[in-house]
Amino acid sequence: MSSHVDPSAPLQGKPSKSTERKLKNEMRTQLISFVFMIFITSMAFLSIASDAVPSGFAIPFILILASVQVILQLYFFMHMNAKGTGWVNVMIWSGLFVAALTVATLMLLIGVVKY
Amino acid sequence: MADHQAVEQHTLPPNPEKATLEGRNKYLGFWFFLGGETVLFGSLFGTYLGLRDGVVDGPGPSDLFHLDLVFIMTMILLTSSLTSVFAVINMKRGNYKGLLMWMWATVLLGVAFLGFEIYEFYEYYHLGLGFTTSAFASSFYTLVGTHGAHVAFGVSWITVLLIRYRKSGLTLTNAPKFYTAVLYWHFIDVVWVFIFTVVYLLGIGG
Repeated sequence: MSSHVDPSAPLQGKPSKSTERKLKNEMRTQLISFVFMIFITSMAFLSIASDAVPSGFAIPFILILASVQVILQLYFFMHMNAKGTGWVNVMIWSGLFVAALTVATLMLLIGVVKY
Repeated sequence: MADHQAVEQHTLPPNPEKATLEGRNKYLGFWFFLGGETVLFGSLFGTYLGLRDGVVDGPGPSDLFHLDLVFIMTMILLTSSLTSVFAVINMKRGNYKGLLMWMWATVLLGVAFLGFEIYEFYEYYHLGLGFTTSAFASSFYTLVGTHGAHVAFGVSWITVLLIRYRKSGLTLTNAPKFYTAVLYWHFIDVVWVFIFTVVYLLGIGG
């Protein structure tokens, strides 16, 4: 490594063999998670659109499907499963924690009291 | 251009977006921002859930929402998430052309999504749902509109990056920029997952 580093110089060369292999695996993982997301999204829409599923069951069911899909997005598409993402996990999960409290609070404060 | 001024030709690192300190800082700072965005959308979701029964005389969720339109929008946004994943994989391969191409595909899908959303709001307005019609109307337009504004911002952001760096090749400067834009795009899709579930599916089924 030289002392003079120009970050705006185009990067040269090819990825290493191991990177190439990793990317190939990643491609497969991402495609599988995409197909799975399409599947659970369709399930969610179908369980509401068809009358076959009683709404008492459909509502918790679609909420669970949404959580599964968000976990897939965060951990696969956004690579939160990779090494060195400790702080990333801390930030997103504290965000989700505060958001959950906010949703519950607002629902109870303005939703339950009828004017 | 001899001696010390010679421009170093960098070889492609495994993760060009995190190869510099600036890139790593951008990555971490952007996740901090996304944590804050989560809370912003949480407050809008909470408001919507609290107010969604207040339809007064205006139309309610089940009078307005069409699942087929929402399904198409969901699929468009989900696919655009996948195209941006392909863009990042091409970036790590050092295939700059592929990165640009998949990012353009992402932008096109984002524009298509926005088109559907504008059509949707236009239709609701003509069905009698103005912004101030009811508490449901205001909270619905604010929640879904804020998401739509994020999509519009993401589309412009990525377009600016694509135009500015159309000929530069992949560098240690622009790799983190593309990467954070992709993270933002995925986050938009994460929020949409909750919107189609909580607003549209619960609006019709609940």
